[in-house]
Amino acid sequence: MSAATTATADRLDDLVKQADAARDEHLRAMVAWHFTPKTGTPFWLDWAKEHGVDAVKAVQTFDDLKQLPRFEDEWLRHQPHARWIPNAYAGRPFKVFETGGTTGMPKQRISWEDHLTDYSQFSERLDQFFPGKFPRGAAWMMLGPTGPRRLRLAIEHLANERGGSCYFVDLDPRFVKRAIAEGQPRIAQQYMQHVIDQAATIIRHRDVGCLFATPRLLEALGERMSLPDAGISGVFCGGTSMTPQVIRFLCEEVLENKAALAATYGNTLMGLAIAEPVTAENGYRLTYHAPEPRAILRVVDKTDEETPVDYGQWGRVELTTLTKEFFMPRFLERDEAVRCKPFPGLPWDGVGDVRPLGWETKKTVEGVY
Amino acid sequence: MVFDVPVLRFGEPYESMETLPVVDPRTGETLALVGQANSGLVRRDLLKVREARAALEALSCSELIAMCAKAGESFMTGTLGGMSAEQYVTTLSRTSGLPHVMARRNMAKINTVLSGMDGILRGLTRGLDLSVLDEGVGEQAGVPVSYAATGTALGVVLPSNSPGVNSIWLPAVALKTPVMIKPGREEPWTPLRLIHALINAGVPKQAFGFYPTDHDGADSLLTRCGRGILFGDDKTTRRYADNPAVEKHGTGRSKVILGDDTAEHWRDHLDVLVSSVLDNGGRSCINASCIITPRHGDAIAQALAERLDAVNPSDPADDDARLSAFANPAFAEYIDAAIRGGLESPGATLMTRAERYIQQDGRHYLLPTVVRCDDLDHPLGNTEFMCPYASVVEMPVSEAIERIGPSLAVTFIGGDESLQRRFIDHPDIDRLNLGSLPTSRVEWDQPHEGNLFEFLYRRRAIQRTATPV
Repeated sequence: MSAATTATADRLDDLVKQADAARDEHLRAMVAWHFTPKTGTPFWLDWAKEHGVDAVKAVQTFDDLKQLPRFEDEWLRHQPHARWIPNAYAGRPFKVFETGGTTGMPKQRISWEDHLTDYSQFSERLDQFFPGKFPRGAAWMMLGPTGPRRLRLAIEHLANERGGSCYFVDLDPRFVKRAIAEGQPRIAQQYMQHVIDQAATIIRHRDVGCLFATPRLLEALGERMSLPDAGISGVFCGGTSMTPQVIRFLCEEVLENKAALAATYGNTLMGLAIAEPVTAENGYRLTYHAPEPRAILRVVDKTDEETPVDYGQWGRVELTTLTKEFFMPRFLERDEAVRCKPFPGLPWDGVGDVRPLGWETKKTVEGVY
Repeated sequence: MVFDVPVLRFGEPYESMETLPVVDPRTGETLALVGQANSGLVRRDLLKVREARAALEALSCSELIAMCAKAGESFMTGTLGGMSAEQYVTTLSRTSGLPHVMARRNMAKINTVLSGMDGILRGLTRGLDLSVLDEGVGEQAGVPVSYAATGTALGVVLPSNSPGVNSIWLPAVALKTPVMIKPGREEPWTPLRLIHALINAGVPKQAFGFYPTDHDGADSLLTRCGRGILFGDDKTTRRYADNPAVEKHGTGRSKVILGDDTAEHWRDHLDVLVSSVLDNGGRSCINASCIITPRHGDAIAQALAERLDAVNPSDPADDDARLSAFANPAFAEYIDAAIRGGLESPGATLMTRAERYIQQDGRHYLLPTVVRCDDLDHPLGNTEFMCPYASVVEMPVSEAIERIGPSLAVTFIGGDESLQRRFIDHPDIDRLNLGSLPTSRVEWDQPHEGNLFEFLYRRRAIQRTATPV
């Protein structure tokens, strides 16, 4: 190992240590906030009382979160919103955001400014990782689920934060899911065409420089037009998992190796994790890093969920969200991923190759015929 | 040796970052790594099929027919894509379970189509002068005719069970239609070999897509080429039930039906019954899965069972091999369980050996099975399995005509001309054999499961002034 690489490794180690310390400090502050009656959240205050746990004392480091229950997203379906309002925010009007494409009673998270904070931070990452590709002042288009999702307001905030504005084309994933479940794939396809028609029309008539789209919509839009020729230099893409082959296809063919692809992993419960820029050299593999210390992603053993897996191993994604608005300890996502090492720009663990839990089994079953 | 099987995009190899292995189920050895096309890539390519078609249209049908014949020769004997003909047979046998003799028989069947393409097109077009397709307009029997293509290309979603099915798409090439193929998960070999053979023979490589892909990619192939052909079980084909641009090749439910006259002499036709059930290892949709007779059902079932009970697995290289092994053991287990489950419903008697699912030399087999059913509606009465299987049901012929439902191939052995006529008029039979012919006998100038020419071309009305405008 050369002196230079040793120095870089030492520096990364230092950065990782600093980030660990910052995370634990932030954790203590957030536990104090949510478990102190003056500022705290009724749900967590009641839980602590019922179980006789002094969380503020018990939780000093991330490991101590084991003293608290794992968050269950079912709680977000039926608990009254009031149970999640920190006492410090009592009386302040809030927003209600819903998760993804499921039908039935949706999971709802209430929010005040988290989405704005998350996306302001994300905006800085765009400049850091993709200089010049998401130009300040450029107009954005959001092509994806708007409706009750925080993404709608978040992307607009991102555009505004960067001195631009945003056009919206909505895709209702619940309708698509329903059409497919009811054996009406043609209706789902017609609907997709309808969505793409609207996006293509706006892009042809307005000067759009940056785009948010789900991978599938990005592909479909790219079938209509050359996106770089249409003036799009940066695409922020997320919503579903993407294999290295899909990423490569998007970079090489849909974006013609010209426009940048900023991939994200996130949902209403987390905020958004950014990926290290993908390149042919890193095999088009996506590794996401959570916006620590506000959210922490870990990869835990699928059978022993208390234990993180080693670097390079597959496991289940666990998410902790720590903000003044929302405290969500150790929630088990329905995704699996590879645990990845810290990265100089994001000196904490990453999650790589994220895909739905049980993907391997599903793939095998489909191959039966 | 592991073969790297790339995606072919208009004939050009594309190395995908995602591969799936094709393994020898007996040894677990990986024989190929098959590059997988993501569905977005498939859709993006399909935007360009018009250019592929233009490359084919630059050639005349007669040139393409000659190229097909040449391709047939190299398909039978050449080294294509780094694989010799012998390697092809042994590899196909290892991954599909087909004995060598059946792999070769399928090869020969495919070659019959390639080498006899002019005759096949004559059959499909009913003798149309193919220069009409070259020129777009022409005359037939003194009448002006013109044909327009119904789709730009043909998307084909292939199964893994039998290589012979590839003969169905081959005439499309001679009919100037690019072919965009999704191979079966365990059988990339045959379509790939055919594509190589055709390109070597001079067919423009742009005419071929080879896209191992997922369900979404398969759906795009079927619905975005203009025309699609799908092989699959009832569940898979049901999705396209209302789409006339997708030709469905599902379960066949083929049958042999004896007449009042011939039922008395059923022994004379036992060989035909055995062939109908057993040919090609009983894997094809044109294998009979039901035998209907007005009388002597028990005796026929008994005699058929005795003949089939004498059939056992043998070494794949054995020239007398009659059974295929299963590429995917889960499938054999599933079929065995389904037959066992059916036998629990009253009204069915197993006539063949009790042990059906066996393993020999690490290969998984289902032994031939005959079930005597007291009614066609019994769960095992009108059901097809991917193995030599037949029910024997007693029923008057006139009642059978009313009740058989969709049946791909039907052999009616009976002299009553009025009954023959009713079979001829039957709307649900694709391939009708009158007389003592196995259901599995195929003459290629007699298309079944739809006529590919009529699927790919539509006659249009044309009128022209005598002098050019």
